[in-house]
This record gives sequence, C-alpha cells and structure tokens, in this order.
Amino acid sequence: MTQFFQQIINGLSLGSIYALIALGYTMVYGILKLINFAHGEVFMVGAYTGYYTAGALGISAFEARHQSFPLYLALIVLIASMAAAALLGVLIELFAYRPVRNAPRLTPLITAIGMSLFLQNAGMLVFSPNPQRYPAILSEVRFELMGVIVTNIKLTIFVVALGLMLGLHLFVQKTWTGRAMRALSFNIDAAKLMGIDTNRVIRSTFAVGSALAAAGGILFGLDQITINPLMGVLTGLKAFVAAVLGGIGSIPGAVVGGLLIGLAEQLTAGYLSPEYRDAITFVILILILLLKPEGLLGVVRVEKV
Amino acid sequence: MRVAIRTAIAAAVLLAIYGLGLGVEAGFNEYVQRIVLLAGVNVILAVGLNLINGTTGQFSIGHAGFMAVGAYGAAFVGVKIAPTIHGLLGTGAAADAVVFNLALLAGALFAGISGLIVGMPSLRLRGDYLAVVTLGFGEIIRILFNNATFLGAATGYFGDDPSGLPAYTNFFWVFAWATTIVILIHNLTFSQTGRSLTAIREDEIAAEAMATPTTRLKVTAFAISAATAGIAGGLFAHMQAGVRPEDFRFEKSIDMIVMIIVGGLGSISGAILGGIFVAVSLELMRDLQQYRLVLYALLLVVIMIVRPQGLLGNRELYQLVRRRKATRAEGA
Repeated sequence: MTQFFQQIINGLSLGSIYALIALGYTMVYGILKLINFAHGEVFMVGAYTGYYTAGALGISAFEARHQSFPLYLALIVLIASMAAAALLGVLIELFAYRPVRNAPRLTPLITAIGMSLFLQNAGMLVFSPNPQRYPAILSEVRFELMGVIVTNIKLTIFVVALGLMLGLHLFVQKTWTGRAMRALSFNIDAAKLMGIDTNRVIRSTFAVGSALAAAGGILFGLDQITINPLMGVLTGLKAFVAAVLGGIGSIPGAVVGGLLIGLAEQLTAGYLSPEYRDAITFVILILILLLKPEGLLGVVRVEKV
Repeated sequence: MRVAIRTAIAAAVLLAIYGLGLGVEAGFNEYVQRIVLLAGVNVILAVGLNLINGTTGQFSIGHAGFMAVGAYGAAFVGVKIAPTIHGLLGTGAAADAVVFNLALLAGALFAGISGLIVGMPSLRLRGDYLAVVTLGFGEIIRILFNNATFLGAATGYFGDDPSGLPAYTNFFWVFAWATTIVILIHNLTFSQTGRSLTAIREDEIAAEAMATPTTRLKVTAFAISAATAGIAGGLFAHMQAGVRPEDFRFEKSIDMIVMIIVGGLGSISGAILGGIFVAVSLELMRDLQQYRLVLYALLLVVIMIVRPQGLLGNRELYQLVRRRKATRAEGA
C-alpha cells in the first residue's frame, strides 16, 4: 500500500508537468487544428534557458557553499525561461506556421514535424548532445508521511503547475484575449467577421502555451535531474497523448489527461516493468482512439464539408 | 499471346537488370556499389510510402517501424528456413535465391500484418492522429526489438552463424524487386482503386458520399505500403552482417519523408528521384553527420513554404514531357 501511494505521489507530480505541456497542444489545436510538433522542443528550450539563466545568476557558487538558491532568484529563472519560450513560440508561428496556415492539411503538419526536427538538432549543436545535470534551483527536503517519501520538489511541482493552470483558467475566462481565443476556437471565420485580429490572438495563444511548456521544462529538470536536447520528443508526445485523452481542444481535458498519463506511467513502472513505462502511453492513445476518439471531456464534432 | 509477350518483356527486363548488375559489380568499387544498392532500397521505401502519404493523403511518420519488422522478419525466417531448403535443393545459388525471396516475402507479410494492426484503429480517424500513432508505433517496435532476447536485443540479430547474416542482397535482387514494386504500385495507382485512393486524398467526405469504402481502402493501402517497406527492410538486412534496432530510429522515417516530399507527394517518379537523392546526399553529407538532420529539417520547412507540391507535384515525369510537347504544339 505504501508503494501504491508512493507511485501516486510521483505520478501526480509527473502528470502535472505533462498537463502543463498538454495545455499548449490543446490550445493551438483548438484554434488552428494543427498538432504543433515543435511544442516539445519549446519545452526543451525552456528547460535549457532555465539551466543557463540559473548558471548566469551564479547558482554554482551557492551549490559550492551548500547554500540553497534564494527563492526570488528561482522565480527570475522561471520567468526568464517562460519569456524566452514565449518569444520562441511566437517566432515559430510567424516564420513557419503562418505562411502555410491556409494550405491543405498535410502542409502545416509536415512543417510542424520539420520545425520540431530542426529545433532538436539545432539544440544538439548549440547545447551539445550530452545530458546536463540540472542545477538545484530548489534544494531537496525529504519528509516521510506514513512511510511515503515526499519531497518538497514534488510538492512544488504540483503546486506551481496547479497555480499556472489556475492562472490560465482565469486568463481564458476573464480577459478579453482569452475570450477572443475561445471565439477563435469556436469559429475562426465568424471571429474574424466580428473584428477580432486573429493573427494577434493566435500569436498570444502560442506565447501563452509556450510559456507554460517552459515552466514545465524547468519543473521537469528539477524532477528528473538531467536534461538533454532530445528530452522534448518523448515528453512532448506523452503530453500530446494527454491532450487527446482529455479531449483535444479542451483545457480542463488537458489537465485531467496529463494527470492520468502521469499516474498510468508511474503505476506501470512500479507494478509491471520500467521498460514499458513509455509504451503504456501509446497503448492508451490507441485505446482512446478506438473507444472514445473525442476524448474524456471533448465535444463530438460533426464532420462537415 | 499477350501473356507470352508480357513474359518475354519481363524476362528481357530481368535480363537487362542482371546485365547491368554485372556491369556495376565489375565497373565500380564496393563503396559506390553500396550507394547504388541503398538507392534501390530507398526507391522501394519511397514508392511504398508515397502510396499512403502521397496518393491516399494519409500521413505515416513511422515507416521505419514497418521496415524494421520486415528486416527482422526476413532475417529470422531466412536463417530458420535455410537448412531445410538447402537440404532439398543443395547449396547452390538457386537455393540461396529461393531462401532469400521466401524470407523477403515473409518479412513483407509480417510488415503488412503490422500495418493492418496499426491502421485499423487509427485510419478511422483524422489523418494527423495517424501521424502520431505511427510515430508511437515506430518507437514501440524499436523498444520491443531492443528487448527481444531471441532477436539479439540491443546488439541486434546476426543469425545463428558466427559470420552474421548471409549477404544475399545484390544489384539484381534489389533492382528486380524495385522494378516489380514500382510497376505494381504504378498499376495500382492508375487503376480504379487508385482513383478511389486519390479521391480520398482530395475530399474524404465527398468520396464517401460517392460510396467509396474509404476506411477499407485506406487500411488496404496502408498494409500494402507497410509490406513494401518490409521488402525494403529485408533487402537492407541482407546487405550487412546483422539487423540492429538503432538502424530503424525515427531519423529513418524522416529520411523516407524527405524522399517523397522532395520529389513531390503523389508522384511515383518523384518518389524514385527522392529515394536516389537521399541515398546520394547521405553519402555526400557523411562528414557533416551532425548537420545532416538540421539541413533536412530546414529543407522540409522551406519546401513546405515555398513549393509544397515538391519538385514534380503529383505529376509523373512522362506527363511533364507530354505536357511540354502539348504546349509547344499549341504555340506552333
């Protein structure tokens, strides 16, 4: 039973990272009907920006003195990497996706795959292909709760992710831009007729989604200790599956899907075999496509000519 | 009578390939020969993938998985049936040819079946889901081969013989298979079924309204495409001492996509040109390994933005010539 709760704790913290990334997939898909394959790479760049920002803020000195990194500096790291990722997301949209936005469906898909590959390999050239040890932005504190080991890192991941999701919810529900996003995902042509500057709204969608992915990247680095330029491939795919599981286009769906994928992965690793932890995601994907293609919280859309 | 003529033509073509093969084997060093063989394998891969990605308008980005199934299947079956066949037919070249071709067909069968398994759930849905499912499938296949101890796990499968798999693959077999597959796919593309596949690409809902059994056709095309990738895998496997899981990484699927995009999605001659282009450019870029995928990725994005239809669009080379003649005649 202790092991079960241990896996649940680990699954929830991993799952909330997936959920943060899944939000970006689901928002972009909701508006453009595009699987933004480069999103996993934005997550990777976010993690690396955090790595370099922490380095520039002198984290190695703190580590050498066995001091914990001050919280305000950790926040600067988070904000810097979210900003950098938001910029990257906007640039990707501007240079790669906007020119092909009205092309037949396959063209943006191939562009997205190309963009993702480009960023992976550019990342290997710029950041070096070797894994890097992630700096201890938070120093670990372990405590035991009825035999279950909980760390402050796992808790922070969960809390930060939850906070960001709450923020996103308020943004989408309460602000003008958020309302415009919902209008676009409902019907982009009608939104255009109502005088909404669609380019601007799509740009903010990419910015917000990418910033969330970058936060996910930093939390991932904290959780997994090492990062590498290909970390976005599998994590991105799992987050995408999470978005499909929850119902692509649905923001609460992405959160639920992310948590479920995280739990499924940890439970598989704990009870079946760690070798199948990556395969379970795709089994879930195929099952959901067969049984409930619109996802758990998605709406059935009628295909129209 | 027609059958006799066709048999004669086929025999002449095979003889020509055989002669050409002797010429290539005598005239070029092993390095060039290997590139030529790889180009042939690529042509099979590209033409097969083009059937599903180009003609039918679905999108598979995990074809390396099917190639892996074919490669492992052919290698394993070849090794296991060789003693029996050699016992029946002796150990000459003819017996080797029988073993090799049976092994290739077995590989194609395995790959085709896995194509059915992957295609049936995902092809009922929108194309971009298929892209993700095939990607995931390719990864799962690699993880499975990586852990399959009876197939050598991560070190790869080298057969029961310490010298590795027999080097059956030569110019004749690669290009005999390539020619056969190109002709088969060409005939399929320009048959009634092929027109239905194109209809699915152009407008799936309209095709369905015209009573085209879209799901069945998509799954069939997908299985055929997977089977051809399996043949290519079998040929590839017998070019070297063994099959290793890392030969079939995601990069391999990307190579295949580059092949068909450069030439033009939906064009068989484009796919052939693309296959040769990738084989040659991979060799030219051998010293630039780490830049290769950056360049390929940029190439994909730039082609999509500037010329999404690729070099030839969905036309064939001979249609291009014919069109030019037609316009010239009009002008005169």
